[in-house]
Amino acid sequence: MAKMNMLHAINSALDITMAEHPQACIFGEDVGYFGGVFRATSGLQEKYGKHRVFNTPLTEQGILGFANGLAAFGAPALAEIQFADYIFPAFDQIVNESAKFRYRSGNEFNVGNLTIRTPYGGGIAGGLYHSQSPEAYFAHTPGLKLVVPRNPYQAKGLLRACIKDDNPVIFFEPKRLYRASTGEVPEGDYTIEIGKAEVVKEGKDVTVLAWGAQMEIIEQAAAKAEEAGISCEIIDLRSILPWDAETIAKSVTKTGRLVISHEAPITNGFGAEIAATIQKECFLHLESPIERVCGLDTPYPLALEKEYVPDALKVFAAIKKSVEF
Amino acid sequence: MTNPNNISLNISHALEFIDGHALNIPTLKILSEDGDILDGATAPDLDKETALRIYSTMRFIRLLDERMQAAQRQGRISFYMQCLGEEAAITASAAALKQEDMIMAQYREQAALHYRGFSLEQFMNQLFSNEKDLGKGRQMPVHYGSNELHYLTISSPLGTQIPQATGYAYGQKLKHIDAQSGELSSEIDNVTICYFGEGAASEGDFHAGLNMAAVHKAPVLFFARNNGYAISTPADEQFKGDGIASRGVGYGIKTIRVDGADTLAVYAATQKAREIAVTTGEPVLIESIAYRLGAHSTSDDPSGYRTKDEEAEFKSNCPVARFKAWLLKQGWLNEEEDEAQKDKIREEILAALKVAEKIQKPALEELVSDVYDTPIPALQKQYEELKEHIKQHPDAYPITAGRIK
Repeated sequence: MAKMNMLHAINSALDITMAEHPQACIFGEDVGYFGGVFRATSGLQEKYGKHRVFNTPLTEQGILGFANGLAAFGAPALAEIQFADYIFPAFDQIVNESAKFRYRSGNEFNVGNLTIRTPYGGGIAGGLYHSQSPEAYFAHTPGLKLVVPRNPYQAKGLLRACIKDDNPVIFFEPKRLYRASTGEVPEGDYTIEIGKAEVVKEGKDVTVLAWGAQMEIIEQAAAKAEEAGISCEIIDLRSILPWDAETIAKSVTKTGRLVISHEAPITNGFGAEIAATIQKECFLHLESPIERVCGLDTPYPLALEKEYVPDALKVFAAIKKSVEF
Repeated sequence: MTNPNNISLNISHALEFIDGHALNIPTLKILSEDGDILDGATAPDLDKETALRIYSTMRFIRLLDERMQAAQRQGRISFYMQCLGEEAAITASAAALKQEDMIMAQYREQAALHYRGFSLEQFMNQLFSNEKDLGKGRQMPVHYGSNELHYLTISSPLGTQIPQATGYAYGQKLKHIDAQSGELSSEIDNVTICYFGEGAASEGDFHAGLNMAAVHKAPVLFFARNNGYAISTPADEQFKGDGIASRGVGYGIKTIRVDGADTLAVYAATQKAREIAVTTGEPVLIESIAYRLGAHSTSDDPSGYRTKDEEAEFKSNCPVARFKAWLLKQGWLNEEEDEAQKDKIREEILAALKVAEKIQKPALEELVSDVYDTPIPALQKQYEELKEHIKQHPDAYPITAGRIK
């Protein structure tokens, strides 16, 4: 084990992949010698050569088009989109191409070797175009997998699982935690199963659910709730698609209450899907309406970010509302 | 002198602008309309066997297109697209490649697929989306694909295959790059050819794909089929400048323009382009100037946007007839045998059509297979619920009800 921050953990997962497969390629804007805007790919070009770790022209649709082709050829394609906010020019290549490659060809061709990494989320004073959480757009697309880690250990194990998975995966990295989150991470290889939520802390009164950077927030809220005598079960969803409805339903059957929190705007956010499914699965066990604490239905702001974000106090208020219903 | 902008500066003191058409790229033509090698032109090294295979492919596709266009009008299939007018461009370019080279087509390149060996039965199974369709009945007619024949399954969204071809070709090149120097260490085994129409060249993917290929030196042959129309929009409403070829030059890609109705010119250009790609690892752009003699698709009616005179003019310049004239002059083809062959192929097509339309549709489970490598739990659950529903209402779902296990 070694103490790593999330960037080191991601770099380590990429390093293992590059060493493992002689045709694996890392590419994106500035990922070469510079190591990417956040330095997640530092040192890899020196180690594996400019032909396998390279800067691309500034064309997100080009990056993903190229990635689809390289993955269809059979080489692990590790594409980076510099900010999740800039993934939309590549939307067609991801939603119409990556996601449908296998299905439309009757499995004659697939892009299972494709992994898209992209920093997402707020908390860095990035304003509208450096703070978005676009996971719900992609969660509506059969054929994709979506994964979000919450700390360095998860980041390395989940990223390795995404790379090994035989389907195209988007790996959303909580950029606020890149350097802020540190922990013990094995130096060798390991994977964490995609599609499984993790019960981070057991509790009995209310289930509180989030993913990625929002985990820290709900843990702070749960701590406040514990002080107020409310026992919270904390769950990290980890995979948005496929998502682990079974673990959530089991928890909510026990606690009778659910609070979901995510940074993206509330309307049609992924929390809506979870609320609808759990309402059906756990209808007779629910003691109160499912609460969602999310971003407002506005673009992500700059000056009033503190007011906008679903912070610990808002989550705590929702927990109380749920318990006192 | 060079500068950080990657441009060799040619300093001038005269205030002059370069005209958008200044390049005036020449068009390679080898064969006359009567089937003679033109003065000053050199015929490519094309053996009799390959020449006849090209011709029989063009003839087969013409007959298939004709019959299936009619089948769509009869309501037997939902949709069809012909390659009428572009048979030479597609077949001769495919013939200049190796069998294992990757083909990433747009949708009008069935001749290339047939040249590779896609059988009449395979065409029919796809057109009728029956259970023998390699694509498992998921896409509209003419969305062919075959891994065995290195022909990527067609995707309806326009131009998406262009940057993909760059990525695929880069993969083909990777094993030939020296890890230390990053330079090409040997000739590349296989390349990718990417076909697209001049309409698709307006899509962002075109620009992204060409730029990526030029910068990262991917051995991809971009084959622009400039056939005059994007559905109903004529080329002069699609782009300015000197055709699509000038774009290739703009991106720093070796470029050639050919007469797309000239089998020998297309063959020669593609053969040379492939040689450049395998030895240098770099992309090449070929712009084929042809004319789409038929409709865009069966949903289109070209009489609404082009004149009879225009069509007649181009009909007289038939690529198949031109190549046939050359073959006859070579003494490689016999008119009577050719006619007899045509009748035989027509009969075979009709027979295959009748067989394919009676083959049952794909099984219900093909609704959920291949979305992922294995169905995810939510999808598996939806499938079980659907099966139960169909079991309870078998009369409403006659195609699948009797086959559910």
